[in-house]
Amino acid sequence: MTAPATTQAPRSPGIAFIMKKAFISAAVALVLFSLMIGIRTEAGPTGQLIYWTRFGELASLVGIVFVGSIVIELLRRWLGPAGTSGIVPPALQNGLATAGRFVAPALLVFTLLVPVIFYNQRYMLDLGILVLTYVMLGWGLNVVVGLAGLLDLGYVAFYAVGAYSYALLATSFGLSFWVCLPLAGILAACWGVMLGFPVLRLRGDYLAIVTLAFGEIIRLVIINWQSLTGGPNGVSGIPRPTLFGIPLTPGDDGLAALLGIKFSPTHRIVFLFYLILALALLTNWVTIRLRRLPIGRAWEALREDEVACRALGINTTTTKLSAFATGAMFGGFAGAFFATRQGFISPESFTFQESALVLAIVVLGGMGSQLGVALAALTMIGGFELFRGLDQYRMLVFGIVMVLLMIWRPRGLIGHRAPTVYLKRAQAISSDLVKEGHG
Amino acid sequence: MSGDTILAVNHLAMRFGGIVAVNDLSFAAGRGQITALIGPNGAGKTTVFNCITGFYKPTGGTMRLTHETTGQVSLERLNDFRISKLAKVARTFQNIRLFPGMTVLENLMVAQHNALMQASGLTFLGLIGAPSWRAAERSAIELAKFWLERIGLIDRADDAAGNLPYGDQRRLEIARAMCTEPVLLCLDEPAAGLNARESAGLSELLLSIRADQGTSILLIEHDMSVVMEISDHVVVMDYGVKIAEGTPQTVRDDPKVIAAYLGADEEEAIAVMESGT
Amino acid sequence: MDYFAQQLINGLVLGSIYGLIAIGYTMVYGIVGMINFAHGDIFMIGGFIALISFLLLVSFGLTAVPLILLIVLLVSMAVTALYGWTVERIAYRPLRHSFRLAPMLSAIGMSFVLSNFSQVAQGARVKPVPPIITGGYTLHEGSEGFVVQLSNVQIVVVLTTVVLLLLFTWLVSRTRLGRDMRACEQDQTMAALLGVDVDRTISMTFVIGAALAAVAGMMYLLYYGLVDFFMGFVAGIKAFTAAVLGGIGSLPGAMLGGLAIGLIETFWSAYFSVEYKDVAAFSILIVVLIFMPTGLLGRPEIEKV
Repeated sequence: MTAPATTQAPRSPGIAFIMKKAFISAAVALVLFSLMIGIRTEAGPTGQLIYWTRFGELASLVGIVFVGSIVIELLRRWLGPAGTSGIVPPALQNGLATAGRFVAPALLVFTLLVPVIFYNQRYMLDLGILVLTYVMLGWGLNVVVGLAGLLDLGYVAFYAVGAYSYALLATSFGLSFWVCLPLAGILAACWGVMLGFPVLRLRGDYLAIVTLAFGEIIRLVIINWQSLTGGPNGVSGIPRPTLFGIPLTPGDDGLAALLGIKFSPTHRIVFLFYLILALALLTNWVTIRLRRLPIGRAWEALREDEVACRALGINTTTTKLSAFATGAMFGGFAGAFFATRQGFISPESFTFQESALVLAIVVLGGMGSQLGVALAALTMIGGFELFRGLDQYRMLVFGIVMVLLMIWRPRGLIGHRAPTVYLKRAQAISSDLVKEGHG
Repeated sequence: MSGDTILAVNHLAMRFGGIVAVNDLSFAAGRGQITALIGPNGAGKTTVFNCITGFYKPTGGTMRLTHETTGQVSLERLNDFRISKLAKVARTFQNIRLFPGMTVLENLMVAQHNALMQASGLTFLGLIGAPSWRAAERSAIELAKFWLERIGLIDRADDAAGNLPYGDQRRLEIARAMCTEPVLLCLDEPAAGLNARESAGLSELLLSIRADQGTSILLIEHDMSVVMEISDHVVVMDYGVKIAEGTPQTVRDDPKVIAAYLGADEEEAIAVMESGT
Repeated sequence: MDYFAQQLINGLVLGSIYGLIAIGYTMVYGIVGMINFAHGDIFMIGGFIALISFLLLVSFGLTAVPLILLIVLLVSMAVTALYGWTVERIAYRPLRHSFRLAPMLSAIGMSFVLSNFSQVAQGARVKPVPPIITGGYTLHEGSEGFVVQLSNVQIVVVLTTVVLLLLFTWLVSRTRLGRDMRACEQDQTMAALLGVDVDRTISMTFVIGAALAAVAGMMYLLYYGLVDFFMGFVAGIKAFTAAVLGGIGSLPGAMLGGLAIGLIETFWSAYFSVEYKDVAAFSILIVVLIFMPTGLLGRPEIEKV
């Protein structure tokens, strides 16, 4: 008999194969882009449709695809079957793992000091507030998607309910932020239960698209119910928050006067920063505690195997509804904060793109991991901000990044789950074992 | 062993569209006894289990569970989780259904969900860390530890359940079911895939559960050594109906049973048996 | 009565367009078990390709309308089919054996890529076209002066849909490809063991779905006279509702569902309110999935414990 098969990887077929692949990719790109890029249409001055050609751009795009295809093939050969995990040497990997335990506390300390470090940079403070808002939204959705495994594509609905609740209660009844905040949360939680009831028996993709439909319905109702919500014009004149009744204004009854320091508009920004930080930390604390309580464990068990849950006497209906309600409540809090920070809200802030962005943050973070979600929010929103000037390309790049992330690391940044109770030692469970849930 | 019945199944029927999976099945399981439900593949045994444990709603018949203190419960009127929670009937599955992404200990803690939910005051007492909650949590961990020692997995309490070898997973599933403190334990092919040594260990475990906890056991099984060794009562099904019932020895020698397993006629089976003696 | 008849005609025409898109959804769900979130945007791309092709042909001096229509149809189908193929190759095939959420998020990402690609490439403004097919027939002149009309565009849309449906039904039931598709729908592993090229079959499913969506895009352009980069999102959800209503996995069901949704939307706008017509469509999706998840013509699934 002939010698046994070699265990080596097969030899690369060489340049010819790579070039062939590149040519095919370029040809496909040429066909795809020829009409959409090569020709640019626009409504002309007389209302007629006119066009002009952009062959230069077409050629360069096809060229980029050609070169890119070669580069990707070469990368694939170079990295080999181990993929990107081969880049980082094991010693460094271990080092990173132990350093990982310090990331969370270090990040918290840094966040607390941000207003101190960037006191005079309004832009950075605003960015910080934005990031923290998405961190809170991510932590809220994490309860539904990450812990309970319920695919919710309509999370923005709870955000909207919270924002509009506060806006309307404050402008119509003059209630203060601190009174409206719990009310916004309760209203959002009620909507969460109302959403949860019909979808109890749905799984996977069906659950996702129904929640998407719910989110869109909320947005359309907001746009069209002009008498209540102001329609596309939104609600303006939303009062700013106070420190339990003490306004942050320049006057004598303002907080600055009470504290005996000179008033500055930055005060309000700093106050808002610590406010959203407090709300986010509350979300985090509640989630961590709930994970250790029977309800949180039931959420995770639901994600792992719903049938087994029923066999153990767990009421899956109330478990699912409580997950929806809790996640919705946090979304509502975040919405109320959003309204008070902006002073003005409109339906444009509550589109499906927001839901997708928050879901991407949760999945990128590694579902169920609090630190992962925070890091993912920081990366995504920070990355978004880099594209400030190139608004058009932002969502395009976001889409591309989502696709690439799913191909490269579908389980997210944090590759493991921490157990909630242990006898001797808490061992992290690899996310290969953790189910992702079907709803 | 007391002589009364814990589970009385009468004229149970289950149809799926045009297919009759279970047809007019009646049998009784004794309290504190081990009853085995056997039969060739496709006989409808798992369907019966699914009816008893509330995963299917039977199209006809009754299943009456008699508690020692709280009286009778009609299982056909309860659905899914209530059968475990209220009627105290626990089950395991043919294809193991553990929570693979959770540790062994966490699996056993999830099983005690209902007791812990009450103790945590529907979560609120738990959130504030009330002493009564902490005590309840500690006793839940003690119960989990008790069962982990019984099945010999105490040293692997913090490992992921998905990482356990197959035999350990099967035993863990039984321990998890026992953590719900059931009066009736339904096991669906607990010995499937176990080697001889593991099967013997399983038999020993089930016998000790019957002796120490007094739990009644209903099991589906193909491994005849296990069935013969531990069952007090055997019910044989084929094509959705009961074809024999009795002690293990009676059933083993029944020509109808032999015919069903061999796929042969009853007469042929009798002929083979008689020619053999 | 005349008003009703007119709405009936309008609803059936709109429904044909939805039906063509719905077929793509139902085919893909049947064979790979995922909702192709990017399919609505493929429809939009089809509309854009048709628009640009029209513009080019007219500016080259072509005036024979049937010839223009035919060329645009073929070009639009071919190019959009290639888009569909590319999307599957890049975003779905690598994730076929991955976790459930990964292809869904990838599809959502692809949807953003396509709609924003259109926006970046062609500008954010709506593109209007002058009516290419004009004229029609007056069916009935009512007593109040209301006229029931059947326009030529409407005839073209319905005829094209019928022809394509017949072609497509022949493809699925009589050809080798159709048989392979049905085999993969039932059991991919077994089909592969029996020699079916599963990758190619799945690719072809996406390609055909995209081609039909392209036709829908072109019909939409002819009928409404405009395209914009966002039309894929809402149309996509409505078409998916149609697929579910008809029974996911069933091709005649997709068409039936499409007609139903078209009629419901048209009648709702005519008799109740135009603003909330999208809400009506989304609500139908929710109601159907909750009470009738297998739809009108679908097959029920029993969960094995």
